[in-house]
Amino acid sequence: MTSKHYETVFILSPLCQESIRDEVVTRFEGIIKSNQGTVVSTDNWGLKELAFTVRKQNTGYYFSMEFSGPGIVVSALETAYKREENILRYLIVALDKHAVDYNERRRKGLVGNKKTLVEENV
Amino acid sequence: MIPSKQNSNVLNNQDFTKPKSNEIKKKYCRFKKFKIKYIDYKDPIYLKKFLNDQGKLLPRRLTGTSLKYQRKVSQAVKRARHIALLPFVTDEFKS
Repeated sequence: MTSKHYETVFILSPLCQESIRDEVVTRFEGIIKSNQGTVVSTDNWGLKELAFTVRKQNTGYYFSMEFSGPGIVVSALETAYKREENILRYLIVALDKHAVDYNERRRKGLVGNKKTLVEENV
Repeated sequence: MIPSKQNSNVLNNQDFTKPKSNEIKKKYCRFKKFKIKYIDYKDPIYLKKFLNDQGKLLPRRLTGTSLKYQRKVSQAVKRARHIALLPFVTDEFKS
Protein backbone atom coordinates (compact mmCIF):
# COMPACT_ATOMS: atom_id res chain seq x y z
CA MET A 1 0.00 0.00 0.00
CA THR A 2 1.27 3.46 -0.82
CA SER A 3 2.16 5.64 2.10
CA LYS A 4 2.23 9.41 2.19
CA HIS A 5 3.40 12.03 4.64
CA TYR A 6 0.79 14.21 6.27
CA GLU A 7 0.76 16.95 8.80
CA THR A 8 -2.09 18.03 11.02
CA VAL A 9 -2.66 21.00 13.30
CA PHE A 10 -5.56 21.21 15.70
CA ILE A 11 -6.66 23.73 18.30
CA LEU A 12 -8.19 22.58 21.56
CA SER A 13 -10.50 24.76 23.59
CA PRO A 14 -8.76 26.81 26.32
CA LEU A 15 -11.40 25.57 28.77
CA CYS A 16 -10.30 21.94 28.75
CA GLN A 17 -8.05 20.51 31.47
CA GLU A 18 -4.52 19.23 30.97
CA SER A 19 -5.58 15.61 31.60
CA ILE A 20 -8.23 15.90 28.87
CA ARG A 21 -5.72 17.40 26.47
CA ASP A 22 -3.25 14.59 27.03
CA GLU A 23 -6.01 12.02 26.63
CA VAL A 24 -7.19 13.58 23.35
CA VAL A 25 -3.68 13.69 21.87
CA THR A 26 -2.92 10.07 22.80
CA ARG A 27 -6.29 9.02 21.37
CA PHE A 28 -5.48 10.67 18.02
CA GLU A 29 -2.06 9.02 18.00
CA GLY A 30 -3.78 5.70 18.64
CA ILE A 31 -6.11 6.28 15.68
CA ILE A 32 -3.13 6.89 13.39
CA LYS A 33 -1.34 3.77 14.62
CA SER A 34 -4.41 1.53 14.38
CA ASN A 35 -4.79 2.49 10.69
CA GLN A 36 -1.30 1.31 9.68
CA GLY A 37 0.16 4.79 10.07
CA THR A 38 3.22 5.91 11.99
CA VAL A 39 3.50 9.08 14.05
CA VAL A 40 6.70 10.92 13.14
CA SER A 41 6.42 13.66 15.73
CA THR A 42 3.96 15.37 18.04
CA ASP A 43 4.39 19.02 18.94
CA ASN A 44 2.72 20.96 21.73
CA TRP A 45 2.74 24.68 21.02
CA GLY A 46 0.97 25.55 24.24
CA LEU A 47 -1.69 28.19 24.79
CA LYS A 48 -1.66 30.74 21.99
CA GLU A 49 -3.75 33.73 21.13
CA LEU A 50 -5.98 33.28 18.08
CA ALA A 51 -5.96 35.87 15.31
CA PHE A 52 -9.75 36.03 15.49
CA THR A 53 -12.55 34.68 17.66
CA VAL A 54 -13.43 31.04 17.08
CA ARG A 55 -16.49 29.64 18.85
CA LYS A 56 -16.41 32.55 21.32
CA GLN A 57 -12.81 31.76 22.32
CA ASN A 58 -9.83 34.06 21.84
CA THR A 59 -7.13 31.57 22.85
CA GLY A 60 -6.48 27.90 22.21
CA TYR A 61 -4.07 25.04 22.82
CA TYR A 62 -2.22 24.27 19.59
CA PHE A 63 -0.96 20.81 18.74
CA SER A 64 0.68 19.61 15.57
CA MET A 65 1.45 16.08 14.44
CA GLU A 66 3.42 14.73 11.53
CA PHE A 67 2.58 11.22 10.42
CA SER A 68 2.81 8.91 7.45
CA GLY A 69 0.40 6.26 6.30
CA PRO A 70 -2.21 5.29 3.72
CA GLY A 71 -5.13 7.57 2.85
CA ILE A 72 -7.58 5.85 5.20
CA VAL A 73 -5.69 7.35 8.16
CA VAL A 74 -6.76 10.82 7.06
CA SER A 75 -10.45 9.99 6.84
CA ALA A 76 -10.34 8.17 10.18
CA LEU A 77 -8.61 11.11 11.82
CA GLU A 78 -11.07 13.57 10.31
CA THR A 79 -14.02 11.62 11.71
CA ALA A 80 -12.35 11.64 15.13
CA TYR A 81 -11.80 15.38 14.90
CA LYS A 82 -15.44 15.98 14.08
CA ARG A 83 -16.57 13.86 17.03
CA GLU A 84 -14.30 15.63 19.48
CA GLU A 85 -16.17 18.66 20.79
CA ASN A 86 -13.15 20.34 22.42
CA ILE A 87 -11.64 21.04 19.00
CA LEU A 88 -11.99 24.59 17.71
CA ARG A 89 -10.21 24.14 14.37
CA TYR A 90 -8.25 21.46 12.59
CA LEU A 91 -6.19 21.18 9.42
CA ILE A 92 -4.76 18.11 7.70
CA VAL A 93 -2.37 18.62 4.80
CA ALA A 94 -0.31 16.27 2.64
CA LEU A 95 3.41 17.04 2.62
CA ASP A 96 5.68 16.94 -0.41
CA LYS A 97 9.34 15.96 -0.22
CA HIS A 98 10.51 19.51 0.42
CA ALA A 99 8.10 19.85 3.33
CA VAL A 100 9.24 16.57 4.88
CA ASP A 101 12.84 17.73 4.56
CA TYR A 102 11.97 21.13 6.06
CA ASN A 103 10.19 19.59 9.05
CA GLU A 104 13.14 17.32 9.72
CA ARG A 105 15.52 20.27 9.74
CA ARG A 106 13.13 22.32 11.87
CA ARG A 107 13.09 19.59 14.50
CA LYS A 108 16.87 19.78 14.65
CA GLY A 109 16.55 23.53 15.11
CA LEU A 110 18.26 24.50 11.85
CA VAL A 111 15.44 26.52 10.26
CA GLY A 112 12.21 28.26 11.15
CA ASN A 113 11.04 30.40 14.01
CA LYS A 114 11.31 27.63 16.59
CA LYS A 115 12.30 30.18 19.21
CA THR A 116 8.93 31.89 19.18
CA LEU A 117 7.14 28.59 19.66
CA VAL A 118 9.30 27.70 22.66
CA GLU A 119 8.74 31.08 24.23
CA GLU A 120 5.03 30.57 24.09
CA ASN A 121 5.37 27.25 25.90
CA VAL A 122 7.13 28.81 28.91
CA MET B 1 15.12 70.80 3.78
CA ILE B 2 12.34 68.23 3.77
CA PRO B 3 13.54 65.53 6.17
CA SER B 4 10.06 64.06 6.70
CA LYS B 5 9.71 63.19 3.02
CA GLN B 6 13.16 61.57 3.02
CA ASN B 7 12.22 59.38 5.99
CA SER B 8 8.98 58.20 4.49
CA ASN B 9 10.86 57.12 1.38
CA VAL B 10 13.28 54.99 3.41
CA LEU B 11 10.36 53.40 5.20
CA ASN B 12 8.57 52.74 1.96
CA ASN B 13 11.58 50.97 0.50
CA GLN B 14 11.35 48.29 3.16
CA ASP B 15 7.67 48.02 2.51
CA PHE B 16 8.19 46.94 -1.12
CA THR B 17 6.62 50.13 -2.44
CA LYS B 18 8.22 52.05 -5.24
CA PRO B 19 11.80 53.23 -4.61
CA LYS B 20 13.20 56.60 -5.70
CA SER B 21 13.60 56.80 -9.44
CA ASN B 22 17.39 57.28 -9.30
CA GLU B 23 18.08 54.25 -7.07
CA ILE B 24 15.95 51.51 -8.59
CA LYS B 25 17.14 48.09 -7.57
CA LYS B 26 16.34 45.00 -9.56
CA LYS B 27 13.76 42.92 -7.77
CA TYR B 28 14.45 39.26 -7.26
CA CYS B 29 12.58 36.22 -6.05
CA ARG B 30 13.82 35.57 -2.52
CA PHE B 31 12.87 31.90 -2.72
CA LYS B 32 14.91 31.31 -5.84
CA LYS B 33 17.85 33.35 -4.57
CA PHE B 34 18.08 31.64 -1.17
CA LYS B 35 16.92 28.26 -2.47
CA ILE B 36 13.92 28.03 -0.16
CA LYS B 37 11.85 25.08 -1.35
CA TYR B 38 9.06 25.02 1.21
CA ILE B 39 7.09 27.86 2.79
CA ASP B 40 5.90 26.96 6.27
CA TYR B 41 2.29 27.89 7.02
CA LYS B 42 2.96 27.48 10.75
CA ASP B 43 5.22 30.54 10.82
CA PRO B 44 3.00 33.66 10.79
CA ILE B 45 5.91 36.03 11.49
CA TYR B 46 7.54 35.04 8.22
CA LEU B 47 4.31 35.13 6.25
CA LYS B 48 3.57 38.67 7.45
CA LYS B 49 6.25 39.90 5.04
CA PHE B 50 3.89 39.09 2.18
CA LEU B 51 0.84 40.84 3.60
CA ASN B 52 -0.22 44.48 3.66
CA ASP B 53 -1.63 46.37 6.65
CA GLN B 54 -5.05 44.91 6.13
CA GLY B 55 -3.75 41.35 6.06
CA LYS B 56 -4.18 41.01 2.30
CA LEU B 57 -1.61 39.30 0.09
CA LEU B 58 0.83 41.67 -1.59
CA PRO B 59 1.06 41.36 -5.37
CA ARG B 60 4.08 39.83 -7.08
CA ARG B 61 4.98 43.12 -8.71
CA LEU B 62 5.79 44.55 -5.28
CA THR B 63 7.50 41.59 -3.61
CA GLY B 64 9.32 40.30 -6.69
CA THR B 65 8.33 36.71 -5.95
CA SER B 66 8.22 34.39 -8.95
CA LEU B 67 4.89 32.90 -9.97
CA LYS B 68 5.82 29.41 -8.78
CA TYR B 69 6.52 30.61 -5.24
CA GLN B 70 3.75 33.19 -5.16
CA ARG B 71 1.30 30.29 -5.47
CA LYS B 72 2.99 28.59 -2.54
CA VAL B 73 2.94 31.79 -0.49
CA SER B 74 -0.77 32.22 -1.11
CA GLN B 75 -1.44 28.58 -0.20
CA ALA B 76 0.55 28.97 3.03
CA VAL B 77 -1.22 32.20 3.98
CA LYS B 78 -4.61 30.60 3.42
CA ARG B 79 -3.67 27.64 5.61
CA ALA B 80 -2.37 29.94 8.33
CA ARG B 81 -5.63 31.86 8.24
CA HIS B 82 -7.65 28.69 8.65
CA ILE B 83 -5.86 27.72 11.85
CA ALA B 84 -6.20 31.28 13.19
CA LEU B 85 -2.50 32.15 13.03
CA LEU B 86 -3.24 35.03 10.64
CA PRO B 87 -6.38 37.16 10.50
CA PHE B 88 -8.70 37.15 7.50
CA VAL B 89 -9.43 40.86 7.87
CA THR B 90 -7.76 43.40 10.11
CA ASP B 91 -6.73 47.04 10.47
CA GLU B 92 -3.26 48.31 11.36
CA PHE B 93 -1.64 44.93 11.11
CA LYS B 94 2.00 45.93 11.25
CA SER B 95 2.04 48.76 13.76
